Amino acid sequence: MFTRFFTVLGAPFVRFMIYLGEVVLLAVDTFKSIFSHKLRWKLFLTQIVEIGLLSQLVVVITGAFTGAVFSAQTYFQFNKLGMGSAVGAVVSVAICRELGPVLTALMVAGRVGAAMSAEIGTMKVTEQIDALRALAVYPTDYLVVPRALAMMVSMPLLVAECIAVGIGAGYLVAISLLEVNGTYYMANMVRWTRNRDIIMGLTKAFCFGLLIVFISCHKGLTAREGAVGVGRATTEAVVNASVAVLIFNFFLTMFLNIVYPAGYQ
Amino acid sequence: MSAPQEFLPPESPSRTGVAAATTRVATATPESAKPMIAVRGLTKQIGAQEILLGVDLDVDLGETLAIIGRSGGGKSVLLKHLIGLMQPNSGEVWIEGQNIIGMRERALAAIRLKVGILFQGSALFDSMTVEENIAFPLREAGERNAKAIRTKVTEMLEVMELQGQEEKMPVALSGGMKKRVGLARAIVRRPSCILYDEPTSGLDPVVSDSINRLIRRLQKRYGVTSIVVTHDMKSAFDVADHVAYLHDGRIYFHGTPAELQSSSDPLLQDFMHGRSEGRGD
Repeated sequence: MFTRFFTVLGAPFVRFMIYLGEVVLLAVDTFKSIFSHKLRWKLFLTQIVEIGLLSQLVVVITGAFTGAVFSAQTYFQFNKLGMGSAVGAVVSVAICRELGPVLTALMVAGRVGAAMSAEIGTMKVTEQIDALRALAVYPTDYLVVPRALAMMVSMPLLVAECIAVGIGAGYLVAISLLEVNGTYYMANMVRWTRNRDIIMGLTKAFCFGLLIVFISCHKGLTAREGAVGVGRATTEAVVNASVAVLIFNFFLTMFLNIVYPAGYQ
Repeated sequence: MSAPQEFLPPESPSRTGVAAATTRVATATPESAKPMIAVRGLTKQIGAQEILLGVDLDVDLGETLAIIGRSGGGKSVLLKHLIGLMQPNSGEVWIEGQNIIGMRERALAAIRLKVGILFQGSALFDSMTVEENIAFPLREAGERNAKAIRTKVTEMLEVMELQGQEEKMPVALSGGMKKRVGLARAIVRRPSCILYDEPTSGLDPVVSDSINRLIRRLQKRYGVTSIVVTHDMKSAFDVADHVAYLHDGRIYFHGTPAELQSSSDPLLQDFMHGRSEGRGD
């Protein structure tokens, strides 16, 4: 009775720990490869285009409308207290520290993570990865390293773009539609937004990028059972990466707040 | 994993590796001859299914061996063990005096440069053209001279009778053409051994014959050691110097095509003549 209870309860836990271990091992293998083997520049640049360039529209729309709606909601509340000009500071700090990196990561997980998982998964089930191995090419070097490096470069830039567009959209909404005084808006925003807020956002972007790339590539590399398996791997990659970003964000925030404390100091 | 072992493989239990078959034919192999590929006691279980139950096999340098057997009998699984794409539960696989079982993936690269494989589904890189697929092993080996790559790719296309198909994507190729491109990619770096996984499956008799002719031509032209996994008896008789019959996870028969044809073993007779309810059942 007790044995059965612990078996039922323990099996998913063990599976989860094995899964975490596999993702960590993939990450370790990738970093070893980055520092000890040649980089395939063509593949790296292709992935920069895939991750960075082709995500522009998604990131700009996400940043713009998040900034706009956040600016409006903040104004509705703050204006009652006569603090309409403080909207700029709130929008700016929130987008730099939280909304920019998290929302960009979720969008990238959906767009890029799914594509990575599906592409690598299809290669797995059609024996293309076995073909790579048979041709003396180590799959991590060829498939994961270019994607990981491209993600490390692209994600901070995408988040920076999202932050800039979000702040700009918030400004436009506040000034044009809600008639906040532009000078005070800007003055407060510049006064309360510090370099550390931007650094925190970009650090999160880098970490989220790594989470997305390793979770997605791992799901692709372990895809099974034909088209159904690839579909399942793709779905799981997006869901796992998104959930991981949200959970990891909390712990990262708590840690980074020690290094880059919030507020005017 | 320790450094690769470089010893002679242990002697095979018998050249035929057969325990029960009455049709065993011991082929003459000099005691001093070192097989290019030696398999010893290979077992493999996938899930609850036992696929290989102790395979022993020797393949000599320059020899063409056809491994025949029923579908789902473990022929492809055995072939993948020979290049380290699968790890067995127990046993050894020796390639040119090196036991590759337990070797790390990166260490296997040196072995894989010596052994090319044609996959059953060709496994062409679907995001690359025919030319890029064939040039891939050369580029990965560090060849940067575009002219040298072009020359080798053109030579391969001629050997495979695929001139003019360079710019096509794999999706636009027929089954036979895919096999040829896969073969060109496997041999462009001139491996000393080629493994063929069902080279004629899914092809019409004429295209199958052209693939068989191609295998023979490669043997003559480059003198490579070949292992052909097939259940196509015509293909086996056309290309092989020796034939091994894999049955119930073990090598049941190992001999020349002539010895196989003259065998009176009911199991072999049934397989050769495609009888589903023969005397061997």
